[in-house]
This record gives sequence, structure tokens and C-alpha cells, in this order.
Amino acid sequence: MSAEEKREARFATLLSAEGVHFQSPEAEASFKANVKRLKDVIQLKKPDRVPVLILGTFVQAHLYGVTPFECMYQYEKLISAHRKFLQDYKPDLFSSPAFAGSGKILDILGYKQYKWPGHGISEKAGYQYVEGEYMLTEEYQALIDDPSDFWLRIYLPRIFTALEPMAQIAPFPNLWEIVGVSGQMIPFGIPPVQNALKALMEAGNEAMAWIQNIVAFQMEAKGMGFLNTAGGAAKAPFDILADTLRGTRAMMIDMYRQPGVVLRALERLTPLYIKQGASMATFSGNPVVFIPLHKGADGFMSDEQFKKFYWPTLKALILGLVAEGCVPFLFCEGSFNTRLEYLTELPRGSCFWIFDRTDMTNAKKLLGNTICIGGNVPSGLILTGTAEQVKAYCKNLIDVVGKDGGYIISFGTSMDEGKPDTIHAMIDFTKEYGVYK
Amino acid sequence: MAKDLVSALADLKEKEALKIVEDRLGGGEDPLKILDEARRAVEIVGKRFADGEYFIPDLVYSGEILKRITDIIKPKLAKASEVKRRGKVVIGTVAGDIHDIGKDIVVFMLDVSGFEVFDLGIDVPSQKFVDTIKETGSKVVGLSGFLTLAFQSMKDTVEAIRKAGLRNEVKIMIGGGQIDDQVRSFTGADAYGKDAMAAVELTRGWLRG
Repeated sequence: MSAEEKREARFATLLSAEGVHFQSPEAEASFKANVKRLKDVIQLKKPDRVPVLILGTFVQAHLYGVTPFECMYQYEKLISAHRKFLQDYKPDLFSSPAFAGSGKILDILGYKQYKWPGHGISEKAGYQYVEGEYMLTEEYQALIDDPSDFWLRIYLPRIFTALEPMAQIAPFPNLWEIVGVSGQMIPFGIPPVQNALKALMEAGNEAMAWIQNIVAFQMEAKGMGFLNTAGGAAKAPFDILADTLRGTRAMMIDMYRQPGVVLRALERLTPLYIKQGASMATFSGNPVVFIPLHKGADGFMSDEQFKKFYWPTLKALILGLVAEGCVPFLFCEGSFNTRLEYLTELPRGSCFWIFDRTDMTNAKKLLGNTICIGGNVPSGLILTGTAEQVKAYCKNLIDVVGKDGGYIISFGTSMDEGKPDTIHAMIDFTKEYGVYK
Repeated sequence: MAKDLVSALADLKEKEALKIVEDRLGGGEDPLKILDEARRAVEIVGKRFADGEYFIPDLVYSGEILKRITDIIKPKLAKASEVKRRGKVVIGTVAGDIHDIGKDIVVFMLDVSGFEVFDLGIDVPSQKFVDTIKETGSKVVGLSGFLTLAFQSMKDTVEAIRKAGLRNEVKIMIGGGQIDDQVRSFTGADAYGKDAMAAVELTRGWLRG
């Protein structure tokens, strides 16, 4: 199948809504309209109106007085808030409650890379990354030689207290043929390694409890007529290095001190995240793959560095996902004004970009014939502004950026908090004013 | 081959800069003079950043090179030498927020620009800002925050400063990924800066008068 045929097949799967019990004929019609609206806007065909996307990590819960701590530890409270949010606010596209994650799993594993509500920060605050070098400068070669082995025996023991003993197991490629089998098993007889495996099993049990809540809600939400924005996730290879592994400062310095090895690592990582995004999209039955972008934003590197370190493997990731029939959803915090020209290299109608602080008028001018864009409703306006201010802001976005389609209204960032009047204003005004004649 | 430390460091030529430092120290030169030149070079880096020629990685890398130079020079200094300071600034990431990358870059640029910076770190309670303003007599306060919850913490901090009777004594600037003028107005701060050099410019402007 061609990429286009694969994409059509993935959208057909999404539209078929297998296993979903629609609450009413209207709900079914609404779900199908949401799928068509999303597909049209992405493919630069004028939709019936501007789609409304709600990007949020804890905002849905916050609106109903449920804390981030409760979201991460009492799944039923999280789900109940998300359900009420959909009933009351009725966005077209929603963010899955999965974005909250499970605090219980983090506890079992002794996760060190983040602080989360009740663990180092207030129960009312969202989770926050702890900057650090989770991959050491001398470990690039181990990553390049065998990323999975690096993850299993170096990275996991470093970020999870309970998995420290995993450093003692042997690389799996050492297992070859009959004698290799016996030797390979020896480390699994060591009591600390066995404890690590028990922790994994315990985390697995908790993950099952968690995902059952999430999946049941996602099915229910479809049954109510709403569409989950993304079916999978992936990361730009540079951000895997800069966020996940090396940390922001170390990565910036690596670009000067060891550019060659950085480039080799980026290339090595790229196919892994094409596979992640595509396999998650297949599993969920939704072609959209969420890709949050961080360290390539304006100011975070020079144009020369963007061209050399960030863009080639991000582009390869996008094209790889598109070849699999997926629709990359690039979530682009900060601003991307100096990078927009690069985006014109992407296949027409193949993906969509949600911007935060990017100049949207200019983005529309440069990208209007290439890709669908969205976002730019500021968090500051939502949290400290009035409904009238929000309407005026959205009107301008719809008039200018939404002209003839190709625009999705959305916050510029994934919100942790909300204010009922301004969020209602964004959604309700767009549904009314954003209709294409 | 130029043996100019200022341009080697300003051009981010790490090996060259370190070699010049080693050579000149070996030649018996005053370490303080070398350190001053290194600081001047980083000010040039800041200027290039403000002019859009340099970006955040350049600031971070220049800081890393400066740190290496300082590590080489420090043992050679007779006693802790004090550079002339242009004024005092209290800075920190506000309560509830633990992000420090942006704040650290601002601290670094204020420091190399000649200000005495009291860095209170992350997740700083409003009272800590008030106490430090009192203790140090700082005239400028910088509040950093990456999360939206920082909006309220910033507002609370400004309010705590007002309640302590210090609001007219200090200028308050805020900064962070989601900060704009709408948020500045909400918090009651005097100004917001979009990057580290904006913070330096605001501070310079306020402390000039």
C-alpha cells in the first residue's frame, strides 16, 4: 500500500469506531463529524468549521477541584473529572487522561527523573522534570552500539531506584544457542535482580489497573461523540537526547564538544521513534501521533545548529511516520518563527502543528499551502483574562489564520489549570463563529 | 596566531582560550587581569546574544568555558578578589515551580554584567524574597517561573513585598516560557523580560537612576 492508502485505511479504522457503544444517534453523528473535520483540516480541505482541540494535562481535573495528586493516585477521580469536562465543555478533540500518568507506578519503581505531586512538590502542582545528566558524556557509544541494551542496563538502573540491579544482567545478544541460554540466566538468580523483576511485575499490575480506567474512558468518550486527539506518541531524536538522556545544559555543550557522536546518536535513534509512533497508532486505531517539541525552538539553538542537529532527524521522523500512514501532530511550545521555512519541505497536508508563541499571521502566510496549523491561545489570557478578551483573540485567529481552513483552535500549551468562563468562551465562540460558509 | 583571550572566548574557541590562559599564567601574568578579560569576553557573548547573533547554547557554552578558566585561575589568586559591582539583584524561581534553566541563564548574564546576584534557587517562598530584600538592600527583584501556577505565586510574591512595605523600594521583573504582558499585569510586577539580556537591560535601566 502507498502511504496515502495506509493513511486512508487508518482513518477508516478510526471512523469505524469498533466496539464503541454510542450513547445516541447524535453522538455517533458527532463522532463521525469530528473525524471528518480533523481529516479535512489536516488535508487542507475546508472543513465545516474550525475544529476545537483541548490540550491539557491537569486542566480538566482542575476545573472540578481535583488535584494533580488525586489524578495520579485516584484514577476514578481523574476519569470522573474528564467525563464532566466533556459533558460541560464539549470540545471536538480531547486530550487523554493518560497524560496525567500513574503516581503509584512511579512510587513502585522509585522514579528519579521527575518530581510529581506529593513527591517533592505540592499535591496541587503538576509533575516537573528534574534537570540532570541521565546519560553520561562517555556513554554515547554504548547508546549508538545498542540502544535497547543501553536503556535496559544503564538508563533504567539510573532513573529507577528499584531497577538499579538491572545493571547486573548480561546483554541479550550474548544469548546464542544452547550453552548461551544457561549462562544468560545466571544473573536472574541473583536476589537483587529478582527483586527488580518483582518491582517490574508490581508496576505491571498497577499499569493494568491504570490503563483499564484510561481505555474504558476513551471508549466512553467516543460513545459520547468526542475524538481523542492522538493515538500514539513519539519524540524528535534531538529531544530524546536533550530532554530524556543528556539534559538541557549538557546537550547544548555536546553540540560544540562532540558534534560527530551527537549526529551518529541522532541517526541511530530515529527509526526507533518511527516504530514507536506507528505501533502505538496501530494499537489505538488512531493515526495521529503526538510529538512534543522542545529544544529546537527559537533561541534554543542557532539556525546553523537547527539545520545540522535538529531538523534532519525530526524531518526523517515525520516522513517515516507519514510513510506508515500516520499523521504527526507536532506540538511546538515556545516560538518557531525562525524555523518555519523548514516546514515547507514537508508533504502537503501530511501533518499538523500546534504553535504556542509563534507569529500566526506569518505562519499562515508561509505554511498555508503546505500544512495545517493551530494553537496560539495564550495560557496567560485563559488564566488571567476575561471571556470577552478571549473571544476577541479567537476572532482574530479565526479571521486571519483560519481563513479557508487549515487552522485548529487550541491553547498554545498543555494546560495544568483553567478558568471556566474563558475556556467556555474559546470553545463556544469558535463553534459559533468558526463555521465556514 | 592571535593570543587574544577576549576574542578566543567571545568566539567560543574553548581549547584556544584555555591554552592562552595556561600560557599567560605560566608566563607569570596577574591572574586577576586574565579573569577580567574573561569576564569582558562573556559580556561580548551577552551582547551578541542580545543582537541575535548568538543563542542560548552559546551563552551556556561560554559559561562552561568561563567556569573552566575560573577553575584554573582560582588557586592562583592570593585572596578572594572582589570585582566592582553595579548593584544588587535578588532572583529566584517562585513557589511551586522547580524549573531553573532560564533562571540560571539570567543569573549568569547578570553576574557577568557586573551585578551582585542573590540567587535563592527554586520553589522559593514569598517570605524568602522579602527577607532577602531586607537583608541585602537589593533594588531589583527577578521572579522566574515556567508553569502557569507560577502566575499566582508571582502575584503572591509581589503582594508579600508590598505588605512588607518594600514595594516602592524595589523594581520587580518576571520571566518564563508562558509570561507575557497580560501575566505581568496580573502579577503586579513592573516589567517582564523575554530573555536573559532583557533582564540585564531592565536591571541596568533601573539601577542607573
